[in-house]
Amino acid sequence: MDWLMQAINEGTIPFLIRQTLLYAVPLMIVALAGVFSERSGIINLALEGIMIFGAFIGVLFVRLVQQWGWFEAANQAKDWMTMQGFAVLTMAVSALLGAVFAMLLAFAAINLRADQTIGGTALNLLAPALVLFLVRILVNQNVLQMDHGDSAGWFMLKESFFGFGVGRGANKTPSMGFFGQVFVNKVYPVTYVCIILFIILAILLYKTKFGLRLRACGENPQAADSLGINVFKMRYAGVGISGALAGMGGFVYAMTTANCTSSGEVAGFGFLALAVMIFGNWKPGNIAVSALLFGLFKCIAASYGSLDINGDGIYALKELGVSAHLYRLMPYLITLLVLAFTSKSSRAPKAEGIPYDKGAR
Amino acid sequence: MKKFLQSDGMRTVLASLLSILIGMLAGGVVIFAVGVSTPSLGINTVWDGIRLVVGGLFVTGRDATGALTFGFNPQMMGNMLFRATPLILTGLSVALAYKTGLFNIGAPGQYLAGTAATLFIALSLGTGCVKTEGLVEPFLGNANNFIAGQVGMFPPWLVWTLALIGGMIAGALWGAIPGLFKALLNVNEVLACIMTNWIAANLVTWVFDISNLKNLVENTKIGYVYKTSFNGVATSKMGLDQVFPGSQVNGGILIAILLAVVVYIIMNKTTFGFELKACGSNRFAARYAGIKDKRSIVVSMALAGALAGAAGSLYFLSGNTEFFWSTYQSLPAVGFNGIPVALLAGSNPIGVVFAGMFMSMLDICGLQLTNLTGYNEFITDVIIAVIVYLAAFSLVIKMVLARLGKKRSGKETVK
Repeated sequence: MDWLMQAINEGTIPFLIRQTLLYAVPLMIVALAGVFSERSGIINLALEGIMIFGAFIGVLFVRLVQQWGWFEAANQAKDWMTMQGFAVLTMAVSALLGAVFAMLLAFAAINLRADQTIGGTALNLLAPALVLFLVRILVNQNVLQMDHGDSAGWFMLKESFFGFGVGRGANKTPSMGFFGQVFVNKVYPVTYVCIILFIILAILLYKTKFGLRLRACGENPQAADSLGINVFKMRYAGVGISGALAGMGGFVYAMTTANCTSSGEVAGFGFLALAVMIFGNWKPGNIAVSALLFGLFKCIAASYGSLDINGDGIYALKELGVSAHLYRLMPYLITLLVLAFTSKSSRAPKAEGIPYDKGAR
Repeated sequence: MKKFLQSDGMRTVLASLLSILIGMLAGGVVIFAVGVSTPSLGINTVWDGIRLVVGGLFVTGRDATGALTFGFNPQMMGNMLFRATPLILTGLSVALAYKTGLFNIGAPGQYLAGTAATLFIALSLGTGCVKTEGLVEPFLGNANNFIAGQVGMFPPWLVWTLALIGGMIAGALWGAIPGLFKALLNVNEVLACIMTNWIAANLVTWVFDISNLKNLVENTKIGYVYKTSFNGVATSKMGLDQVFPGSQVNGGILIAILLAVVVYIIMNKTTFGFELKACGSNRFAARYAGIKDKRSIVVSMALAGALAGAAGSLYFLSGNTEFFWSTYQSLPAVGFNGIPVALLAGSNPIGVVFAGMFMSMLDICGLQLTNLTGYNEFITDVIIAVIVYLAAFSLVIKMVLARLGKKRSGKETVK
């Protein structure tokens, strides 16, 4: 067990857990976005596009607020509570605009009875085009960044905020210990906001009247309609919540893994989230587990070169001599294989993808 | 007029023209909104921007007073045809799959697979007749061997043919993967295609990273593969350079049109094509009628993949295009743009030819916009996205058109 203690103390294990959560949480929240839409009967292939749009809105909001100088004093004073309030406010803005953007899909799919696959693809094309067009006009380059500072400096928690690990040499106060390293130091608290939201929304979907009605519209809309449920309204609600979550997830992704920049892409994360949703069989509990699994793969792909699991100064994964390219394509390959093993027995909502027609039998 | 509006084909064409119009309008609105609200652009640039989006192909530049000048430019026309070649082929790929009930969003991956196979074949088989112009001095002496590991001595036309066929086979194999997953394991082909896209992007980067085809002789080019013309392999111009002097056009466009006709004949005039389509409209009914539905799905995806692979092949076999090999972070847009091309054409192979040319015209307009104004080429992607969005409910548009036709014919009878 020596190497394990070493790994814990050297900070490798806390690092691994933090990084995994970093990737897993946006995946989880965006997969839940997919669930809300599909449970109401609308296939939301546009998750990727909505994420891109949400990320852009969030970064733009942060940039504008910085230019207005609103939270400057709080950041100088290291008033982390206020700064987290800023982060949550930005998430809310991204969520709101994400929902508005998703209304394009809702309108086409619900009112115009459009092909949902093509409608979603249109949004996936529209988001990067619009974002890049605006970014180029705003800053005359292809990446929109924060006005000044970086994501970690503005939104990350550090143990020093709580008086741990401060000072130098002999005067240095003790570090926070294992749990502090994992859950407080160098953590983005929005991660926890997302997890709490995930739990609340899962309860909303499974334990409330609203959730039951929403799910009924995805299974048998005719029956739901005969019981006085407004299928159109429920589907709008499903897509709206879906857009809000995906927009928010897009910003969380940009903030925690892309240093709060927006460049018209989220590296296929929206589609990975769809795969997580199918792997999780449209159920929140399973989705949380599979998101953690995918998060771990993403984390290994991103940081295999600097992982020193047993702290002996050898980067084990790098020493294996496997090409970096293999680690990069792993998440996609595993997704494909996982889909192959789960798709046969998966149970999608029965009425998803079918426009609701009152007169149909 | 009555007959005109009631024929299904005509309605498709009208619906497409209408979506183009609305797409252009949406682009115009975005330009207007951005132009008015951005001080550095201003209202004066809006009119220029809109004219460039619509007629950029015929804009020759700005005169001394700064006003846009219009005119026919054969060079730009030829470039339009050159850029249309891969778009027509990826459009055909998506259209063929769509006709058989599959949504092929995997064209970017198949395009990359085709590109990689083509470049490997075209550069690894020696031809002994290396074009020396543009090469740096040390290689002039033994120009034949500047690409290490070349084998054999073949006539360039044979290498060209093998490269094109190899690219198509690679695309077909890559397209068959999501087909197999769909047919045998019931995996949603859209998700399978997306994953194979990213896997292809990473694999292609990997194989070129360890290959010896990276362009080392032109120091200014970092991250590019040799042009095929370095090995004396390039698509014949077929006299088109006489018609459009100074442009990049070559025989590839004719091959693309030929392939469109072939696809049309296969899909509409043969039993084989009928089986594929039957399987697309109702897999279970087709199975009941004795059609092997699983095989049909795989074959459809393989054919679609071959077409997308040919798009990559012909684009890079032109000899003056270079492939940026470190592509693992982005997928080629031309693959995705096959989707709007196919949708605009109503999945009709002949329509795809025109839709592809329209798309490449938009491309050129976008570049003109970037060069001549403060706006940028991404506005054309916005227009394309709007067109796809409209295509999602093209049935509704067609229904409205049909109703319009009926109303009008009703009035005529009253008269």
